[in-house]
Amino acid sequence: MNEFMIDPGSTPAAWPPMLVGALLGVLVMLTLVVANRTLGASSAYATIAGLIGRALAPRHTQSLGYFKKKTPALDWGLMLVTGVVAGAFLAAWSGGELTGRWLPPMWVARFGPEVWPRLATAFAGGVLMAFGARLAGGCTSGHGISGTLQLSVGSWLSVICFFLGGMAVAFPIYRW
Amino acid sequence: MDTRESAPEQRLSKPARLASGLAFGVCFGFLLQKGGVAKFEILIGALLLEDFTVFEVMLSAILVGMLGVHILHARGLVELHIKPTRYAANIIGGLVFGAGFALSAYCPGTGAAALGQGNYDALAMMTGMVAGSYLFAEASAWLARRVEPIGDRGELTLPQLTSVPKAVWVWGLGAVLIVVLALLKTASPS
Repeated sequence: MNEFMIDPGSTPAAWPPMLVGALLGVLVMLTLVVANRTLGASSAYATIAGLIGRALAPRHTQSLGYFKKKTPALDWGLMLVTGVVAGAFLAAWSGGELTGRWLPPMWVARFGPEVWPRLATAFAGGVLMAFGARLAGGCTSGHGISGTLQLSVGSWLSVICFFLGGMAVAFPIYRW
Repeated sequence: MDTRESAPEQRLSKPARLASGLAFGVCFGFLLQKGGVAKFEILIGALLLEDFTVFEVMLSAILVGMLGVHILHARGLVELHIKPTRYAANIIGGLVFGAGFALSAYCPGTGAAALGQGNYDALAMMTGMVAGSYLFAEASAWLARRVEPIGDRGELTLPQLTSVPKAVWVWGLGAVLIVVLALLKTASPS
């Protein structure tokens, strides 16, 4: 327990979680009023994938169904996720919670200090999340917050499946 | 009701819209980190039902956002953006997403926040997200033909599904969320 207490990335939330949640709710209202957009993170990665694909294999990338429907371009969503990195840096820096490390202590306690297994696992997780988010139509922010608060049936169904799928994999990894 | 003509987007130039995305992203990331949901232990703790921080953040965001957006929409100040309901795609995609979430511990938004906080392993997850997005694009024509039409209900909302008035859903679910949040607070395992 003590080793966790001194790790800046493993402390409890700096601000009360319900206060943060309430402010996120206000943020969704503001994005709708100001930019006519809702918060959602996952499509930014698809935009990057499309931009890279268009640079490396333009004809093939443009032939793919998803990129035909949604032409990759520097857009609101990509700017949003770029801002998230900067905003989280400001928050961690102002709160003395910058971690600056490759391995989370909880991972090390379970799997040891090798870096590559963690990176491979996180990469595989990213592949699955992107595929799942595109198929489901959103991620924990797009469906989980923006979609649920508009009472979308698909968003509630998706977010329930996010957590069911997550539990089904997290328990064997960390608790069995 | 069509509010598109008065929609704020049309009043913002493209550079202003991109700048607003960046500004909102900074706020979003700042809040995610302050709420603790950029932290590996807190995110995995949610999936292990050992830490309720993620649920407290999400449910209170839904509570405030739902009431606020409902009122703004009733006054014609905002357009809604309802994502389509496709039962098979939502369920299969949702479960695959969840499995990936457990492996990487970060979700797409909180992973970007984790990187900003200094958790460099989030870079691997973000690279995987780019690769996975391209993989999805490769399969997208087939999925659009074979999976997305299964149980495709379009922009379906809970009030429409249940034939219960929207205001009843909003204020009723709001009350339920307040009770659930109070229970989470008292039952918090940590």
